[in-house]
Amino acid sequence: MLEDIKANIVHNVCGTYCPIPISELSNQIKNMNIGDIIELIADDPGVVEDVPSWCKATGNEFLGVYEEDGEFHSFVRKLKD
Amino acid sequence: MRALVLFSGGLDSQLAAFNIKNIQGIDVKLIHFYTGFCITEHKRRLNIPTKYGKIPQNPALKAAANLEIPIEIIDISSQYINVILNPKFGYGKNVNPCLDCRIFMLLKLREEMEKEGYDFIVTGEVIGQRPMSQTKDKLFKIEKETNLEGLIVRPLSGKLLPQTIPEKLGIIDRELMWDISGRSRVKQISLAQRYNLDYEQPAGGCCYLTDEHFALRFKEELAFKQSLDWDDLSLMMIGRHLRLPNGTKMIIARNEAEVRFLNGFKNRFDYAEVENGTFAIIKNLNEGDINTIFGIMARYSGNKAKEVKLMYNNNLINLFSEPLTDDIINSFKIGVETYVRGYKG
Repeated sequence: MLEDIKANIVHNVCGTYCPIPISELSNQIKNMNIGDIIELIADDPGVVEDVPSWCKATGNEFLGVYEEDGEFHSFVRKLKD
Repeated sequence: MRALVLFSGGLDSQLAAFNIKNIQGIDVKLIHFYTGFCITEHKRRLNIPTKYGKIPQNPALKAAANLEIPIEIIDISSQYINVILNPKFGYGKNVNPCLDCRIFMLLKLREEMEKEGYDFIVTGEVIGQRPMSQTKDKLFKIEKETNLEGLIVRPLSGKLLPQTIPEKLGIIDRELMWDISGRSRVKQISLAQRYNLDYEQPAGGCCYLTDEHFALRFKEELAFKQSLDWDDLSLMMIGRHLRLPNGTKMIIARNEAEVRFLNGFKNRFDYAEVENGTFAIIKNLNEGDINTIFGIMARYSGNKAKEVKLMYNNNLINLFSEPLTDDIINSFKIGVETYVRGYKG
């Protein structure tokens, strides 16, 4: 279950819109170690497609996304520097 | 050798990245700059679906995923406002400072290149495609202004341009670049089909600064206020814009998405609203315009007598108002006539 994943960093970007959530994700992940997981919380529904695309482009692992009360929780495991 | 690609996600920048990475075999990273003026991004903020009923995806991210090339998105919006307000090389047809925009982005890219140890820059520019920024002379001017002479590789027109430093060093094979020029997109589309690249829009379709209506609002507001900030610019992308007889500015929502968007400005502007009707942001409110505001709100909330709420200086004023007629309202609309009357040059 995604809800049970314990992320190393939880980053809330609610109130920002495309493409700021991805810019924030990219900035946060730079300071993480390989294998670490980030949980990105956003209310821009576009992250549902943008986060997997960013992961595919950058070679990081998209673990999944779930919605709760209009907020989208995306999980990414860092695989590359 | 590694290169940075100035990447919008459009077909030209995709082809440029594809050429350098897949055909020339060079390690590349895509850089996408967020300026705040992308029409697709704005539609997404409003939750306006595509013709297929989906929320539009960021075109740069989508293209990067298809190309499987790392991408970085850099927010330059706060600095970009100076480029728009004070363009050294002026505007194009509307308020598009294309040459200054190019120079600004390439200077940012040069910073990134030097900081991260990249060797050269790649762009999707095509000779003769855009009159303001992509003539041969302008391409050379851009290189001079950014101190990047010989370090910008333009694979789409590479065979028609002087040798770059990566070519002289044997890193880039000139013969593997293309000889595209002019406004026709036939060659690009043919290459996209050959290399199975996905693209959505024709060139130049994604910037509010090239939009005629945005430009009229921009010039009118600048003439009125003598300066603009981010809120002014954000509001120009949305709603009906009216300048009332005593100088008050009204931005009125045209649909539910715009009502939601404009509500985000409530904490820093006066506003008017009608229950189950429209919503408007009010700027520079002059008390002499208050009755006009009520009449306009009634007009755009079903064109019937309505109770209108006006929040003015944190005080709530309620009034039951008859709608104003379209003839009167049309004379306040910011359009060609207002622009001629209000713009001081």
